[in-house]
This record gives sequence, structure tokens and C-alpha cells, in this order.
Amino acid sequence: MTWLSENLATLGDLTARHLILAGVPLLLGLLLAIPLGYAAHRWPRAYTPLVTTSGLLYTIPSLALFILMPLLLGTRILDPVNVVVAMTVYTVALLVRTVADGLRSVPADVERAAAAMGLGALRRFATVELPLAVPVIGAGLRVAAVSNVSIVSVASLIGVPQLGDLLTDGYNRVIVDELLIGMLACILLALALDTLIRLLTRTLSPWQHLAPGAAT
Amino acid sequence: MTTRIWEWLTAASSWRGPDGIPARLGEHLLYTGIVVALAALIAVPLGLWVGHTGRGRWLVSLGNSLRAIPTLGLLFAVTLVLGPRITGQLAFVLPSIGVLVLLAIPPLLAGAYAGVEAVDPGVRDAARGMGMGGLQRLLRVELPNAVPLLLSGLRSAVLQVVATATIAAYVGLGGLGRYLIDGLATGDYAQTGGGAVLVAGLALALDTLLALGSRTVISPGLRLTVART
Repeated sequence: MTWLSENLATLGDLTARHLILAGVPLLLGLLLAIPLGYAAHRWPRAYTPLVTTSGLLYTIPSLALFILMPLLLGTRILDPVNVVVAMTVYTVALLVRTVADGLRSVPADVERAAAAMGLGALRRFATVELPLAVPVIGAGLRVAAVSNVSIVSVASLIGVPQLGDLLTDGYNRVIVDELLIGMLACILLALALDTLIRLLTRTLSPWQHLAPGAAT
Repeated sequence: MTTRIWEWLTAASSWRGPDGIPARLGEHLLYTGIVVALAALIAVPLGLWVGHTGRGRWLVSLGNSLRAIPTLGLLFAVTLVLGPRITGQLAFVLPSIGVLVLLAIPPLLAGAYAGVEAVDPGVRDAARGMGMGGLQRLLRVELPNAVPLLLSGLRSAVLQVVATATIAAYVGLGGLGRYLIDGLATGDYAQTGGGAVLVAGLALALDTLLALGSRTVISPGLRLTVART
């Protein structure tokens, strides 16, 4: 474990970079997926095209998407923006369906009650439907977070620094400690994000934890 | 840049020989086929059994929690450990194939399990009432009903393998990933970009094929219920 004590600063720096490369796209992706998911939910004819397109985007292998990004964005290959945009694409692809399904899980009675109370479409969405969809969206966000942390490590193959550097360097120079610590750091980061989102979801959906019967 | 990628993709030299596009594409498809078949042999019976008996659900959650392990690290670690113990050309192939099988198992397992689990209890009871035994129920009622979710697990597994096989070129696997990795190593962006286009195209084509194929395999009775909801 001498590797760890000698490279603690590097580890911290790479973890922070990894967190940004995986976390910022998570937020951007969620912000983009909410209106898209709403559209898919609100207009049934838009559902299939939106969900199919986002599904197809998700099928593109990460290394290929990282490499093709400079072509689409006009950036340089080493630019971290490529990774942020590619990860945002993946997050949106995962979440559009989740948001639409989450909104669909809101009971029709509740929507009608809100409409009867005189709430317009936008306020109904922001104050009733979206908060009630939080548990489903949160579950999707957790999947996206774990998958983002794993995918970001691939960016070390195109030279964008993050925890994946420990994996490639550990492999290339046969430093097993470095490789294992890199993997462990990735796993812990994924678990940390997963736990954070789970706690946030819990806080934002207190009715989910009422005593049985109390909710009805 | 786009023109240089196009030139690489259309150059006659890119299409010839053991590192030509047809050969690399063939390798990629061969790896994917072998890996998914091996993973399905393990995961599908196991998933059906878990769904049928309700025992061993932890296997499915274990499979899902494996997703937190970075695939790149898993490839490197297994190659470092196993590589030196295998002689010859296989040293570059076997560790990667092993990791790919490991990665293809969780989606297939989850699909098979969820498919059986989601079968309407009424349907199960009806089969029991008709006098069907456990194995008969599993094969003639639960399995056909599980096909839609099983196939969506298969799609995820295939895409996972196509994507990770690309990365595995870094540890010496053949296939289309060679263009991406070798191009990056030599700064040949036309080759890297061309390879990326091919890999993306392969993934999209396979996904579309599987989506169309699953329509013909799913029992007409199930399609009816899907359409109704």
C-alpha cells in the first residue's frame, strides 16, 4: 500500500475530476430529460419517437462516442467537454423514458383533482406531477449515476484525466496496487453518488415512508 | 476531418487483408456471438430457476451491484492476473472473453428472472389447474410469457459486449476496437474516427435487428396485451 501513501494527492485530484465528469452530466441530463420526458408523457404520439431515439443514442459504445464528439462539437480530442457532452447524451438517453414513466405513474385522479383546483398545466406539472414522479425518476437517476462513473473511466483511453488513469497506468506499468485502488475508488464514488441520490429521493418523497394505511 | 474519415472508410486498402474491415467486423461479431451464447447458457436457466422457485433472488441483486465495478478496470485486472498463465495467442483473447461473459450475465439473468416473475399469478394458477407439473409450467407457460423481458435482457447484453469488446482491444483483443485503439496510439485520427463510426453502426444495426427479431418471437397473445395497455 505504499502506492497509496505516495500518491494521495493524485488520487484526490483524479477523484474530483471524475466526480465532475460523471456528476455534471447527471444534472445537465436530468434538466434536459424533464421537458423531453414531459413531452413524451403529454403527447402519446411523441412517446415512441422520443423513447426510441434516446434508446438508440444509448446503444452507441462509449469509446466510439468520445471519439466522435470532436467531429460533432468542433472541439479537440483531449478536451474534457467531449466527455461531459457524451455523458450528458447517455444520461438523457436513460432518463427520458424514466421521466415519462414516472409521470405516467401519477394517479389520474390526482391530476384531475389538481386541475379541478384550478391549477394550470405548468403549475400542475411543477407542483403536483413532478414531485409525485420523484421516486421513479430518482431510481432512474441512481442507475445513470452508477453507469456514468463506470463509463467515465474509459475516457482515460482518449487522454482525459480522471480515476481511469490509475487503471490504465496500473495496467501498463503492472502496478497492481494502483489498479486495485483505482477500481476501489471508482466503486466507492459510484456508491457515494447512489447513496446521495437515494437520500435526496427519500427527502423529496416523504409520503413514501408513512405508516401503512396512513397514505390513503 | 470528416473527409479524412470518409477517405479511410472508402479506401480499398481498409477493406483488404487480416486487418481489413470485413475481417475485423467478422471478429467482433464472432466474439459477441460466442460470449453472449456462453453467458446465456449460464444466465438464462439460472434466471428461469430463480423466477420459477423464488429462491436465490440475491443472485439477481448481486449481478446488478456488479455494475458499479468499472469495466475497464475489470478487463485490466483479469488480463494482468490470467494473461501470464496462458501461453500463445490465447493469452490476449481468453481473459477478455472471460470478462465479457461475466458482463453479459447480469442483464440476461435479470431479464430471465423478471420475465418469469412478472407472469400473471392467475395464468400460473390456470396452468396448475390444468394439471401441469412444475417443469411443464416453466417451459410451456412461464417461458413463453417471459420472452419479452428475456429479449430486452439479451439486447442489453449484446450492446454491453459490443461496447466492451471495443475497449478490450487495449488488452490485445481483435475486432473493430483495434482501429480505435491503434489509431489513438499512432495519432491516426482518420482510422480512429472510421473505427468509431463502424462500431457505432454495428451497435445500432444489432440493436435494430434484435428489436425487429423480438417482434416475431413474442407470442401473438402477449403482443395483444402490450398493444392494449
